[in-house]
Amino acid sequence: MPLLAVTVLGHDRPGIIADVTGVLADLGGNLEDSSMTRLRGHFAMTLVVRTQVPAPVVQAELTPAVPDLVVAVRDLPDEPAPPSTGPCWVLSVHGADRPGIVSTVTHLLASYGGNVTDLTTRLSGELYLLVAEVELPEATDVVDLQRALAGVASGLGVEATLRPAEADVL
Amino acid sequence: MNGLLPDLPVGRVLDVVRAPDPVLAARCTEVDPADPHVVQLAADLLATQRVSPGCVGLAANQVGLGWRVFSVDVTSHPKARTSHGAFVLVNPVLVEASRNERGREGCMSVPDLTGDVKRATRVAVRGMLPGSGEQVLVETDAFEARALQHELDHLDGLVFLDRVAGAHAVFARRVYL
Ligand SMILES: [Zn+2]
Repeated sequence: MPLLAVTVLGHDRPGIIADVTGVLADLGGNLEDSSMTRLRGHFAMTLVVRTQVPAPVVQAELTPAVPDLVVAVRDLPDEPAPPSTGPCWVLSVHGADRPGIVSTVTHLLASYGGNVTDLTTRLSGELYLLVAEVELPEATDVVDLQRALAGVASGLGVEATLRPAEADVL
Repeated sequence: MNGLLPDLPVGRVLDVVRAPDPVLAARCTEVDPADPHVVQLAADLLATQRVSPGCVGLAANQVGLGWRVFSVDVTSHPKARTSHGAFVLVNPVLVEASRNERGREGCMSVPDLTGDVKRATRVAVRGMLPGSGEQVLVETDAFEARALQHELDHLDGLVFLDRVAGAHAVFARRVYL
């Protein structure tokens, strides 16, 4: 069965998830991975749905069902997930808000072959916060990367911490 | 037991500094526990903490002073097991930590966010009492252990945001009025 990417964005209210997933369930869609969160009062969902129903039909069913939301449905090539490249690290960056924090920091990570697998930013008053989960190649010189991060962080006037993401094995 | 709290002058309520103030990101320096300014600060930290609802600890740099001093008081907190009441440590050092557990933390200096942070649930912290300079060893667990590690971090220029467990471990703080 083909995969679809469904994105939904709109002013938050109770019932958004129920409305959207209800339509998808009625179409026989199976929800695989999804991410849903509230961003500045807007509710944002990205869903990966496996279904026989073509994307334009899903779009045509969803749009009138949630007229207050922006809906987009696209075909998604069914590719296997890229293999994990190496150990996972957590990067925290915080400081006074200014343009370019995310781009500067992620650019540096990319130059070390780091792959960001998850990233959240929050603007809270004057305080800007970025937390990212990053896979680094096995051979990464982490001390060197930490030094480089400290360099770009001080250029941006922010604090940066890169620590191993410790997984609890219970 | 409350042998940890010496007689202190009357404390003043100070303003709490908020991130991204640089004083929160710098390592604090050792001070003389007998210095009258340090003794006054100890009283001020406790006074400031007392008027702040839900506040279980306060580090000197949270009131703008880069000194290695913090106050802690987890008395009657529902998550506390062992509690040493209200106390202030000068030049504290973590000497033992074990049994990590994840828990959600907030901070007066980061008023609108909370985050999940892994901390030891059993710690021993060595420090000096303000005034006498008497060396004490605080051995504790559960919530008091978490509070001590949170305050020790402040003295090293770290806030809980530096330790959040992952990209989905930061949350907007709920405000109940
Ligand atoms: Zn704090």
